[in-house]
Amino acid sequence: MKNLDSVFAAYIVGWGVFFVFYLTIAKRTSNLRTELERLKNSLPRTK
Amino acid sequence: MTKRIILGAVAILLVIAAAYAAFFIAPEERTMGLIQRIFYFHAATAWAGEMTFFVCFLANLLYVWKRDPRYDWLGVSSAEVGLACITVVLITGPIWAHPVWGIWWTWDARLTSTFVLWLLYVSYLLLRTLVDEPDRRALLSALFGIFAFIDVPLVFFSIRWWRTQHPQPVIMGGSGSGLDPTMSKVFFFSVLAMHMLAAFLIVERYVLEKMKAEVDFLAREVEAQ
Repeated sequence: MKNLDSVFAAYIVGWGVFFVFYLTIAKRTSNLRTELERLKNSLPRTK
Repeated sequence: MTKRIILGAVAILLVIAAAYAAFFIAPEERTMGLIQRIFYFHAATAWAGEMTFFVCFLANLLYVWKRDPRYDWLGVSSAEVGLACITVVLITGPIWAHPVWGIWWTWDARLTSTFVLWLLYVSYLLLRTLVDEPDRRALLSALFGIFAFIDVPLVFFSIRWWRTQHPQPVIMGGSGSGLDPTMSKVFFFSVLAMHMLAAFLIVERYVLEKMKAEVDFLAREVEAQ
């Protein structure tokens, strides 16, 4: 089982990069959704 | 929304199945042993990254031609996903190289051109943060994206054109190259899985970019009131 730790490290770090990238997309989408709601609510008030 | 959830679920299941196949179905390579199993993740992710950069290139060309913001959204979405893929390639490559070559990194043609590719798409994304006006930002980044794509065929052909520390191609490498049939099946299944994951991430990132455009539009409306 030589180099098993390296193989695991490669897969874990690789999946980790994709997971963190997905989390950043989800976070940015959530922030924008909040901003979008705020802007939609402020539009009728300004009319 | 439901379609996006299904796409995400299929992509995750395929990636898990590909990892299972890489560990338990693919036979052990004779000279490198266990460490060669990184190949199924490393090379499949590289192919997916190059494909996403190709999508970015097409979107950039279409933006320059049609000036439709949807192509700009697709361009930046695929550039970010491609950059994530190449980041994974640049991390998993040295982890594989160290036990096999005895070094983490060398400035050979394949490794250098891949690192340059990573830098080019980091620059593409940085460039977008420097220009405020949306049309100007889209045009400048599309032109830069078309230029950046020149490095993709250079990365692909580097191991065919030059003798490199990086192994010569085992897929489409001409006579003398090739993979064991089971290894080949596992590899192409991994390629499919990573392409599905990339497609899912592009869709998610595209939705974000579309929402950003809506927010910008509404913010201008509110300001104008």
